[in-house]
Amino acid sequence: MTQEAPPSGAFSGLAGAVDCDIHPVPPDMRALLPHLDPYWREHVERRGLERENLDTSAYPPGAPINARPDWRLPAGPPGSSLAALQAHLLDPLAPRAAICNLIHGAQMMISEDLSAGLCRGLNNWLAAEWLDRDDRLRASITVPVHSPELAAEEIERLAPDRRFVQVLLLAMTELPLGRRMMWPIYRAAEKHGLPVGIHAGSSFRHPPSAGGWGSYYLEDYVSYAQGFAGALNSLLAEGVFQKFPALRVVLIESGVTWLPASLWRINKTWRGVRAEVPWLDRLPADLVRQHVRLTLQPFDAPPDARSLEVLLDQLGSDELLLFSTDYPHWHFDAAEGPLPAGLPPALLRKITVENPLATYPRLAAA
Amino acid sequence: MARHVVAAVGEIPPGGRKLVTIRGREIGVFNLDGAYYALINRCPHQGAALCTGAIVSRLEAPMPGEYRLAQPGSMLRCPWHCWEFDIRTGQSWCEPEDVKARSYAVTVEPGERLARGPFMAETVSVAVEEDYVVVTL
Repeated sequence: MTQEAPPSGAFSGLAGAVDCDIHPVPPDMRALLPHLDPYWREHVERRGLERENLDTSAYPPGAPINARPDWRLPAGPPGSSLAALQAHLLDPLAPRAAICNLIHGAQMMISEDLSAGLCRGLNNWLAAEWLDRDDRLRASITVPVHSPELAAEEIERLAPDRRFVQVLLLAMTELPLGRRMMWPIYRAAEKHGLPVGIHAGSSFRHPPSAGGWGSYYLEDYVSYAQGFAGALNSLLAEGVFQKFPALRVVLIESGVTWLPASLWRINKTWRGVRAEVPWLDRLPADLVRQHVRLTLQPFDAPPDARSLEVLLDQLGSDELLLFSTDYPHWHFDAAEGPLPAGLPPALLRKITVENPLATYPRLAAA
Repeated sequence: MARHVVAAVGEIPPGGRKLVTIRGREIGVFNLDGAYYALINRCPHQGAALCTGAIVSRLEAPMPGEYRLAQPGSMLRCPWHCWEFDIRTGQSWCEPEDVKARSYAVTVEPGERLARGPFMAETVSVAVEEDYVVVTL
């Protein structure tokens, strides 16, 4: 590291880590136009869609969590500059790889064909403007989440490009994620050895809380954890892990500390009602430990090291957690760094290197 | 260990059961297609009267949607929390190695042999020409 490099103290000891969640975003819709199929470019221009940004309301621009203050850009939305990503994160962290996850309105549009056309454009844009320009970057395949067949086509199209290491879904969309209608996505992902990443987010046309629309961002954001629990319960109950035994699922930006309580609850309830889901033939928590991983940020850490130790014990496996910074979102400050305080050193290498490589076969092969 | 005569063979039909008390212990005796089994009437989970629960089949599925009704009438479902137990072994469906109801050895013996003793038959009168269900406890 040269003396001109940004301060790296918070990232010291992390060189070679795999950052399993970073968020590039297109500066605007116009940036996507060259990467759209000619038909959909014409369609977008006729409708004037290039004047829209199709931002989701997951991260309102003014919300503090949307970007760490020192990671905001002079122009354009946070995460829209490769040079800034390199200066803020890639150079000081020196990761072995960083996985780009795009969250964009294209994924969740009601029109399946337009959604698929824009997702193709997003993936092309990401490959050309980011992956081609920094070989530390990898990406998730952005798919039209409400059109499993077109999503599977996009997975097939991009699977030969080994820089795409995962398929990206959102936790709360029109169907619970385990439903059989969604299975073409899991079939394609399993076939190509691609984990399915489930990112925090929603179609934003039904409420993040099962009880209806909340009034405040606070409720929405905190309720995402329940959305993840629902998605996970659906995958388990519908038998996705029996049908696709090689499938891996990564919960991204899910938080972590809700998981043990949710697993106790499903294990207990399963004992009494397992006959309605007879394919679920072992403790649900065991399936989760076998098939499901979680990214680290936001961790929702307990307030003291002793509680953290208890929580890690309750997770029941040292293979569940995958290092992530969630750049440019603001979960930690420059001084404190991306790791929860009190993380046992023995676990550090698992989280930063070994678990990501075991989860993403395409990273290990690279 | 002593042998206890708990019923005449015709008294518990296939699919039927009889609750008996032996040395102060409540025990359920079951007839599965002519074979007899005995379990303690106490669920290992929270102590419910397990042997009064519904007799059910094993519902199984090797894959989602591939339903199989296996081994009809071989499971006992606890009346409190619906945990299922194999009548033949006392093993729970969910955690067969760790959660088990106590089971007892059951034999069918002719009255003629029982007449030679020793056996306990406080409530069942034994006739030499009949067969009896005998629990060893």
